[in-house]
Amino acid sequence: MSTIEASPEVGHDEHGHDHDHPPFLAHHFDTPEQQFDSGKLGIWLFLVTEVLFFSGMFCAYAIFRALRPEVFEGCSQFLNTKLGAINTGVLLFSSLTMAWAVRCSQLEQHKGLVGTLAATLSCAMIFLGVKAIEYSHKFGMGLLPAGLFFYDPSNPHPTEHPPYLAYICAPFAVALVGVLCWLVFSAVAGKKFQFAVAKPLSVVCLCFFVGVGLGMVLESGEESADHVDTHADPNGLATAPVMLEVEKAAAAEAAPAIAASGAQVSVDEGVLEILATDPTNVGVKSGLNALEQQTAAAGTSTVTGDGEILGAITTTEVDVMTPTTAGVFFSIYYCMTGIHAIHILAGIGVLVWLLVRAVRQDFNRQYFGPVDYVGLYWHLVDLIWIYLFPLLYLIR
Amino acid sequence: MSAHAHSDDGHSADGHDFAHPMSVQTLLAVFFALTFLTVITVAQASFDFGAFEVATVMFIATVKAVLVMAFFMHMLADKPFNAIIFIGSFVFVGLFVIFTLGDSLMTSHSFEPKVEELAPAVAEPTITTVDGAP
Repeated sequence: MSTIEASPEVGHDEHGHDHDHPPFLAHHFDTPEQQFDSGKLGIWLFLVTEVLFFSGMFCAYAIFRALRPEVFEGCSQFLNTKLGAINTGVLLFSSLTMAWAVRCSQLEQHKGLVGTLAATLSCAMIFLGVKAIEYSHKFGMGLLPAGLFFYDPSNPHPTEHPPYLAYICAPFAVALVGVLCWLVFSAVAGKKFQFAVAKPLSVVCLCFFVGVGLGMVLESGEESADHVDTHADPNGLATAPVMLEVEKAAAAEAAPAIAASGAQVSVDEGVLEILATDPTNVGVKSGLNALEQQTAAAGTSTVTGDGEILGAITTTEVDVMTPTTAGVFFSIYYCMTGIHAIHILAGIGVLVWLLVRAVRQDFNRQYFGPVDYVGLYWHLVDLIWIYLFPLLYLIR
Repeated sequence: MSAHAHSDDGHSADGHDFAHPMSVQTLLAVFFALTFLTVITVAQASFDFGAFEVATVMFIATVKAVLVMAFFMHMLADKPFNAIIFIGSFVFVGLFVIFTLGDSLMTSHSFEPKVEELAPAVAEPTITTVDGAP
């Protein structure tokens, strides 16, 4: 770095200062370093507010998980670990390219800066593409926040639902078409600068659909491999034992409660029977047997008027996949990952701004602050995902 | 890479270099370490650590976070004041989560009717009238 002997170009004195002020140095700063340090302090303070902002959601997560661990275990099975892991890798790689971009800007490697920024943007788009597959898949299954949740274990893939994936992809498709048109226009009109900006941006927009394709391959691969296991098992294997345990506890307590939960069992029995016909589904089979025994033990003679109220309470306690309990998990899931995705979108916005400035060769070793600040923000977004991924996707 | 990125001399108007580019080797090493830790996190999910599972997962995530902060976010080369501010925020996050979670764990049960509390009320209504419980 010491070999580079690029001194900042001395700009004309706009503000009546009697000392040299390079064009990138705001007039209220004495030196580029002072400007850099002030900006850096500012961005760190902003990151503090971001940490505190996300801590509210992590707190909500902690409370609900502490109160209803079985809901989180049951519902986490619906999250595709493969997609989450791929997204983690993509985000980590984007962090690498972002840190590399800061290095390029410090060393005045303008081509490298454009390349690394474009790579970071592409990774962000791939991340969103995979996320689009995850979201649209869950929307279609009715795995929605509390209030909208309509997942039905006996019919996990209702055929009639709006084309959510198309809705999510539409704005990105519009952006892709727009950027491609711009690319062609700038090439024809001979606008070199615009062409240089549109070229990486068209790759970036295309990467969203690379992400969608990647997500589709991973999602469909898992589905065709064991269709029943992916979507029905969480309800059978993971949540049925939980149901049994709590129901048994309730059975020891009061008879009306049993009768009511017996009714609950009969609702799910149809599904469980279908599942139990699969010889590999040992867990479900034994769960079904247990349920049958329990229903027999409970009998139907003890149903009383009070049973209904009690039953309602018991059912909320017992069945993990009811709209109220599972819906809360998916509320937290959509809130946390959705706000994280909004941060990715905001990051894409500022990265595009950086890309334009990088093509313009605005940055030098005295003025690389914006790249560094956006980098810090981007790493924070990565940091949050580092915690989100195991907390949401990797619950046993 | 020195621990102090800022200049010791006050006059760094021009010519002075306050940029401390990170070496490519360091960046790649950190990236591969992060990837390796991600693989470990995914792999450990298939083993049962029982109550330690959340602790294990959070420990690995924290190691990753420290790597990202120290190298990608240049915290090691940054001014210590910035690091103090940022890490200080986690102290407040800790206070926030611990107190709220503690409060929730101690009081939430009183807001939801329990089967074992209601069941005797159905079986033996006389007791509830004596207690005056609803």
